[in-house]
Amino acid sequence: MAKLTVVEAINQALRQAMTRDDRVIVLGEDVGKNGGVFRVTQGLLDQFGENRVIDTPLSESAIIGASIGLAVYGLRPIPELQFEGFAFGAMEQLVAHASRIRNRSRGRYQCPMVVRIPYGGGIHAPEHHSESNEAYFVHTPGLKVVVPSTPYEAKGLLLAAIQDPDPVIFMEPKKIYRSVREEVPEEEYTIPLGEARVVMEGDNVSLIAWGAMLHVALEGARLMADRGINCEVLDLRTLSPLDTDAIIESVRKTHRAVIVHEAQRSCGLAAEIAARINEKALLDLEAPVQRVTGFDTVMPLPKLEKQYLPDARRVADAIDQVMSA
Amino acid sequence: MPKTVAKDFRIEWLQILDEHGNCDQSLRPPLPDEQIRVLYENLVFARAFDEKAFKLQREGRLGTYASIFGQEAAQVASAFALQPDDWMFPSFREPGASFVRGLPPQMIFQYWAGDERGSKIPEGQNDFPITIPVGTQIPIGAGAAWGAKLRGDKIAVLVYLGDGATSKGDFHEGFNLAGVFSLPVVFFCQNNQWAISVPLKRQTAAHTLAQKAIAYDFPGIQVDGNDVFAVYKATHEALARARSGGGPTFIEAVTFRIGDHTTADDASRYRSKEIVEEWKRKDPIHRLIRYMISQGLWNEDYGQQTLANARERVEAAVKEFEAVAPPKAKDMFRFTFAEMTEELREQMEALLRGNGRVH
Repeated sequence: MAKLTVVEAINQALRQAMTRDDRVIVLGEDVGKNGGVFRVTQGLLDQFGENRVIDTPLSESAIIGASIGLAVYGLRPIPELQFEGFAFGAMEQLVAHASRIRNRSRGRYQCPMVVRIPYGGGIHAPEHHSESNEAYFVHTPGLKVVVPSTPYEAKGLLLAAIQDPDPVIFMEPKKIYRSVREEVPEEEYTIPLGEARVVMEGDNVSLIAWGAMLHVALEGARLMADRGINCEVLDLRTLSPLDTDAIIESVRKTHRAVIVHEAQRSCGLAAEIAARINEKALLDLEAPVQRVTGFDTVMPLPKLEKQYLPDARRVADAIDQVMSA
Repeated sequence: MPKTVAKDFRIEWLQILDEHGNCDQSLRPPLPDEQIRVLYENLVFARAFDEKAFKLQREGRLGTYASIFGQEAAQVASAFALQPDDWMFPSFREPGASFVRGLPPQMIFQYWAGDERGSKIPEGQNDFPITIPVGTQIPIGAGAAWGAKLRGDKIAVLVYLGDGATSKGDFHEGFNLAGVFSLPVVFFCQNNQWAISVPLKRQTAAHTLAQKAIAYDFPGIQVDGNDVFAVYKATHEALARARSGGGPTFIEAVTFRIGDHTTADDASRYRSKEIVEEWKRKDPIHRLIRYMISQGLWNEDYGQQTLANARERVEAAVKEFEAVAPPKAKDMFRFTFAEMTEELREQMEALLRGNGRVH
């Protein structure tokens, strides 16, 4: 089995989806000739031609607006928004239409599209190129939000997202585009949306993370293992819909929870997860739920991003706190 | 080196039937008499519907409603040029166009009465539901046209917008995309000269709206929006060009919003009676009647009968929409996703249990 990076796994998934289903098209800025600024769509133009791999004008609202029209017309567009900081230009189309057209038309129309967005920090990029804006999408009824954490996950989740009848925001953590390599089966497979996975079993504390932060959580867990504390590490994979059952099941077992995300703290997804734990498992808790997150500041430029982003040490501190409560 | 002209532009103005009913027969589209009557009957119906909707709102039987009074020709005659396989993307002030397309009128009542089911366009009618955020339907309509082009379907897409929309980013993004990919789409602007209280002069410094198409390198034309023949001719030609691979067109139909922005607005706060009276003299229905009389296509009896038929259909639509059982609470959850999520099911069940709480 070939060992692939996240970039290669996504590229393979796109090729397979486009081969299987000629309704699938890829569009966005620099996705054709250039193969995408991260080379995720490399080679697709040569294989599928310019009617299916389309370089668009620099026009986020039109990319998403037109994708809605394409999806309603019967195609399966996969638009790319080049960086998460530029997604805001397309926000009205996503919030006012992509997410709502099924509801507004009472099911007459649907919007099956996958919006790929490279996101997150840790790659020393300029302003607007390092943020984590998943909560805006999760807060929007009618959008599904998926974040892969490894190459295997990326391929299976993307193939599932492409088959999904609803609009899916597929957020690709740039930090792990090439830093993780693992065996990925050549054949097509899907990972169901809405199901979290247990990456590491343990019974002292539940560590909940997704995307690039999964690896930080795992590092934190390994630090604690040296001290005899067993963490159960959960990869949420899909942020909307959230796999509440998996979270509650783990917390009932460990009685403690630490949630890790890159995004700013207030109204970040950890707040929602903590609320669900309170609603369903408060009496199982032996310590208040802790959050390890970015800060309520603007994501800083590269010189300070290390201080902004959660790291294993901060995860370990939070675990110490829940263990000593 | 002397300066030369890099590219020269001009914007055409088209009027065929003037406000006195004079018609330039050399320009008139070759519609048979029967079709002219159908056009007229659609105008009368659109106005009868509009009058009734206004009354229903005042009686508390309808929520907010956006009147089309004075704009009937722009929307009826443009939609009249569509083929059944074409697609249509309205903004929120085109019921006249929707009726031409075959939308049961009770659905528009239902929608403005606050029932989402009024937006469920019947199968087989390729129309988008009403779009409220101004101009956002422009890139979506361009996308549908793109879909048709990629699939090789010989259809066209008609996208409606208002003058206010020309100030929005989506107008320019959508137009640009349509130009770059030469999409089979016709953008039809009902320039009614008012975006709530903001007059056209405050919307743009441009001499015409039509000229905005020049920047995207497709034709823009300004037509008399109260002239059924000019509207029909321009739209018919633009749609035919789109279907045959000739790319997009922008039509600016100059008309006037005789009524308030919506029933929640009072236009007397920001504009004079005089200007409204001036535009009432340019009424699209009156001028068509004058023309039809001159051609022996209209007499008092026919006029009375047409109005009576229109009002009867409108009353029947009122009865139908008021007889519909109110939507059920669970209906608000059903169409969020293709398959209801666990979280939504929990929220719905809590609501249905009657306590409105989630636990």
